[in-house]
Amino acid sequence: MRHEGKPIGFLLNGAPVASRAAPAVRLTRVLRDELGLTGTKVGCDAGDCGACTVLLDDEPVCGCLLACGQADGRRVTTIEGLTAASPTARRLQAAFLRHGAAQCGICTPGMVVAATALLDREAAPDEAAVLDAIGGVLCRCTGYRKIVEAVLDAGRDATPAAMPAAGAAIGARVQRLDGARKVEGRDLFGADGAPADALVVRAIRSPHHRAAFAFGDLAAFRAAHPGIVAILTAADVPGRNRHGVIAPYADQPVFAEREARFRGEAVAAIVGEAAVVEALDLAALPVTWTPLPAYTDMDSALAEGADRLHADRAGNVLVRGRVARGDAEGGLAASAHVAGGRFETGFVEHAPIEPEAGWARRVGDRLELAACTQAPYMDRDDVALILGIAPEDVRILPTAVGGGFGTKLDLSVQPFLAIAAWRLGRPVRMTYSRSESIATTTKRHPGRMDVRVGCDAAGRLTAIAFDGDFNTGAYASWGPTVANRVPVHASGPYFVPDYRAETRAVHTHCVPSGAFRGFGVPQASVAVEQLYDELAAGSGLDPLEFRILNALRPDQPTVTGQVLGEGVGIRACLEALRPHRDRARRDAEAFNRAQAGPLRRGIGVAGMWYGCGNTSMSNPSTMRIGITPAGRVSLHQGAVDIGQGSNTIVPQIAADALGLPLAVIDLVSADTDLTPDCGKTSASRQTFVTGKATELAARALRATILRLANAGETATIVPEPGALLVQDGDHARRIVLADLPRDAHGYALCEERSFDPPTTPLDADGQGSAYAVYGFGAHLAEIEVDAALGTVRVLKITAAHDVGRAINPTLVEGQIEGGVAQGIGLALMEEFHPGRGENLHDYLIPTAGDVPPIESILVEDPSWVGPYGAKGIGEQALIPTAPAILNAIRDATGARLHRIPATPDRVRAAILAAAAATPSVPAGGGGCRFGEGRMGETPTR
Amino acid sequence: MYLRPGTLSEACEALAAHPLRILAGGTDVFPSLGDGPAPSALLDITGLAELDGVTLGEEWIRIGARTTWARIRAAELPAGFDALKQAARDVGSVQIQNVATIGGNLCNASPAADGVPPLLCLDARVELASATGRREMPLAAFLRGVRSTDRRPDEILTAIVVPRARAAGRSVFAKLGARRYLVISVVSVAVRLVPDGAGRVAEAAVAVGSCSAAACRLPALEAALVGLPIGPDLAGAVGPDHLAPLAPIDDVRGSAAYRLDVAATLVGRALASCGAPS
Repeated sequence: MRHEGKPIGFLLNGAPVASRAAPAVRLTRVLRDELGLTGTKVGCDAGDCGACTVLLDDEPVCGCLLACGQADGRRVTTIEGLTAASPTARRLQAAFLRHGAAQCGICTPGMVVAATALLDREAAPDEAAVLDAIGGVLCRCTGYRKIVEAVLDAGRDATPAAMPAAGAAIGARVQRLDGARKVEGRDLFGADGAPADALVVRAIRSPHHRAAFAFGDLAAFRAAHPGIVAILTAADVPGRNRHGVIAPYADQPVFAEREARFRGEAVAAIVGEAAVVEALDLAALPVTWTPLPAYTDMDSALAEGADRLHADRAGNVLVRGRVARGDAEGGLAASAHVAGGRFETGFVEHAPIEPEAGWARRVGDRLELAACTQAPYMDRDDVALILGIAPEDVRILPTAVGGGFGTKLDLSVQPFLAIAAWRLGRPVRMTYSRSESIATTTKRHPGRMDVRVGCDAAGRLTAIAFDGDFNTGAYASWGPTVANRVPVHASGPYFVPDYRAETRAVHTHCVPSGAFRGFGVPQASVAVEQLYDELAAGSGLDPLEFRILNALRPDQPTVTGQVLGEGVGIRACLEALRPHRDRARRDAEAFNRAQAGPLRRGIGVAGMWYGCGNTSMSNPSTMRIGITPAGRVSLHQGAVDIGQGSNTIVPQIAADALGLPLAVIDLVSADTDLTPDCGKTSASRQTFVTGKATELAARALRATILRLANAGETATIVPEPGALLVQDGDHARRIVLADLPRDAHGYALCEERSFDPPTTPLDADGQGSAYAVYGFGAHLAEIEVDAALGTVRVLKITAAHDVGRAINPTLVEGQIEGGVAQGIGLALMEEFHPGRGENLHDYLIPTAGDVPPIESILVEDPSWVGPYGAKGIGEQALIPTAPAILNAIRDATGARLHRIPATPDRVRAAILAAAAATPSVPAGGGGCRFGEGRMGETPTR
Repeated sequence: MYLRPGTLSEACEALAAHPLRILAGGTDVFPSLGDGPAPSALLDITGLAELDGVTLGEEWIRIGARTTWARIRAAELPAGFDALKQAARDVGSVQIQNVATIGGNLCNASPAADGVPPLLCLDARVELASATGRREMPLAAFLRGVRSTDRRPDEILTAIVVPRARAAGRSVFAKLGARRYLVISVVSVAVRLVPDGAGRVAEAAVAVGSCSAAACRLPALEAALVGLPIGPDLAGAVGPDHLAPLAPIDDVRGSAAYRLDVAATLVGRALASCGAPS
């Protein structure tokens, strides 16, 4: 019988290893912490995400569910071993790169391991086999389709595409420049790069939605646990115990003082040796909790006489938003058709497969902090305030980011790491558990929207009145942004003469709501785009034709009175859907005619618009490009690539603006000591804002080179070792770089440029130029409802998006497909209930089997304020999916969903309600409540 | 303490001597830890060869308790086990199916355990061993409620046995969840039908999961089915009274009323498809 004490021996990637770990320790811990193989990722520690997939005797298993003692005497193969020795995996990795199947890269090792096991068993699997093989690995970025394509195409030995020549980078399907390290599991994420001697930090958190608390004898607890180095509380914060992404609203303490305002709020942190701190039962820390009455919904927080969460915020209203134009009530009164209703959405969790993680160390009187983040300079400034030091004395080193979607704009592990490293002078690391991540990081705001929309007899939109409350949780986070973005966008991409939209961000004792792909616009879209279908029906128009009729024109004012003049591609997007709508309509009707059972098919459309960058506020990016004496181009790319592709798109823009081949450009990745501020990766702004700064800096550098060579605009620049050869017709001039003086950064030539999108402040009625550029789009959803069960299967999404100029079509499609997948989740399955289901088996996100084929249609109606006409796509892609699906459910069943997600029980209830209201509407088999008809498709599909 | 015995008797001795948590596939043990440390006292039974694999006897079909779902899916078994094989495909993911065991599914005693309805339809019995002896009982008696079984702390579930006679006929499993893979059942159903010589139901077994503290059979429905012609019309035999044994709860995955509603639908469909020629 095996006992602990004996080393555990197994064959790891073909070589024998021995581990001294206790046999009950998870295999992932041994691989990552003891053996240093960090290619195996940990996303949930519960077998729910599959990121830790390894092969055990050639079969895929979750490393997080395997006691390392169970590996004794067996063969374990990780992504590192497959990369080194498996031709199948190498072909698959190449296919991943060709197809753009890796975005952030955190799920990629697990995907590659799971799919390699399939391909080694079955060289040419069909799609169903691929889905079964990868169904246990969650991806939050890609929407899975490009992964499926890559696995199906992995048998091919394709020669890698050549890098584009000078002048041909923009528009090329360039493979992700940082892709190889992602598909090989070499990219270092927040939990991957900490120094071996780092102490571990764990937070002590409130188990109650609201509670007063008092500490017992912390010194005695520490003394009783050798290995604990410090227990940090609010008293240990060197500077300001308060942070927030919008400075005037900064209100969130690092450590709560006296009262915790949401379940999961930190009150203390324990720092110490890994073995001791990881083995601690955190509930044993002496803290006395006194639960207090909590407002877990907006009604109780808004009730007259309710306690204030924050003394200076009357009525628990954080902020109000308003856009008004014309006379909304008068316009509605005069309308031929009016539709209205209340629509509600829930908390939605970002669920990046990488939980928040990082490490920090003090270097003299400076702090270095490496963590996954979307906003390095904002982190720098807030961490400096928390430590009470100058921003320049904080260096933020963003790690690879395993998915963000808005949640990694806010601080998470950073304050704890900073305070611990600063106080103790020792390196420290911290990794959130999945439950900690779900319970404590920001969420999509639940919305409750009362909306009325009107049109004239011909179907032209006349007026909208929109009142929306958004549950912003205990702290401000991005609540003000949501409250302000929604009124600007609630009309959708249509001309609406009379308009009033007002919002409130409401504090409750819930986890803070923040930024999530779309900042409230997806919620508003769910309400308004469903009502537009009601108006279309009322005015006898097809829903797509109704939208085409009302599509905003470049010469028409938006609801904020802005006339965009150019780059208004909504009509083109909608018209692009026409043939697809016709085909889909025929298909659905043929299906419905052919069977009398409970399966009903339907189609739905929805449009969207979304302003790129901050709402009527400055948000500059600064780009520096230098040429080294050796003749390489250094691009100081401070925009964090969280998977969306800025590490590839920004160099593509730089290459063409310089007139140099992409291959000569080296990236200096985000580092607040080395890269100028490119702002946050948010608001669909990096391609647009940082891209434009890149274009400006590159053009300036090109002009400098041409001036030195006395050459004209059309000259070509050929990089040579140590020199640039400038060829202008017959005239050639060689610039020897070593002859030029070096600047402060060591460059022979260097230019730096900033770009800040031109906007104007909005007045009290929200009138003004809110954004310099809007992205537009429209989706067509084809779905099948099992009316007797209430299950919805999405059959296809056709997504037309006006991106101005597709810098890299593969990456644009990747954003669309990933956005669609999150839109499917929003529509059909995702809702977080604070205090319940803080894991990825209760909180469901779409799996590979839930995302149908997605056909992307790229419309290019340029906005010339952006680089080469390009606009953002990151958030745009998600917005129309959910309302298109909901409209398709209505089309299929007659049931209108006012509360999402449209889970099977809600859909079934809505179908029964619709049938009761309209006897002609069948409720999945009419009168036979107890299931007639045949066994359908797999019911869960 | 972490013990990994090589024989059942060693394992039983260890359990008699120490309070140990039994570890097999780990797919319930590790998730149950939450953010806590590794368990301090484990009995790893994955070294017990006698608990692994499927044995087809003349009287009995025996499935060792630590047989994985992947092996059950691949095993040669009579058609009465088709529902169990379908469940084996729908439990978790491939990664889960490669390590998770049928015995663990039973001992974990989740009301949503996908393995239970098919086994109830087979009148499965469970074998338990301890240092003081062996005993066996019907699975239905073993499962006492939510996360509760009749296993004593010093006992190991060693096997699931199915009488050959009960493996007759055809069987079907269906589960309903809110997504395609890796999903906890909102409702799961299994049915097994044995035809007589005239294409009518000679014997019926129907079980529903996720609608009561432990999955359970629907005896009134089974009785009503006997003598009816096998085929799509069997769906119409399901009536509200037949669901009396079910007592579902409201939770985030669905209301009690919804569960009853769709349980009836799923049972009807399973009955209808169970008769279809393969």
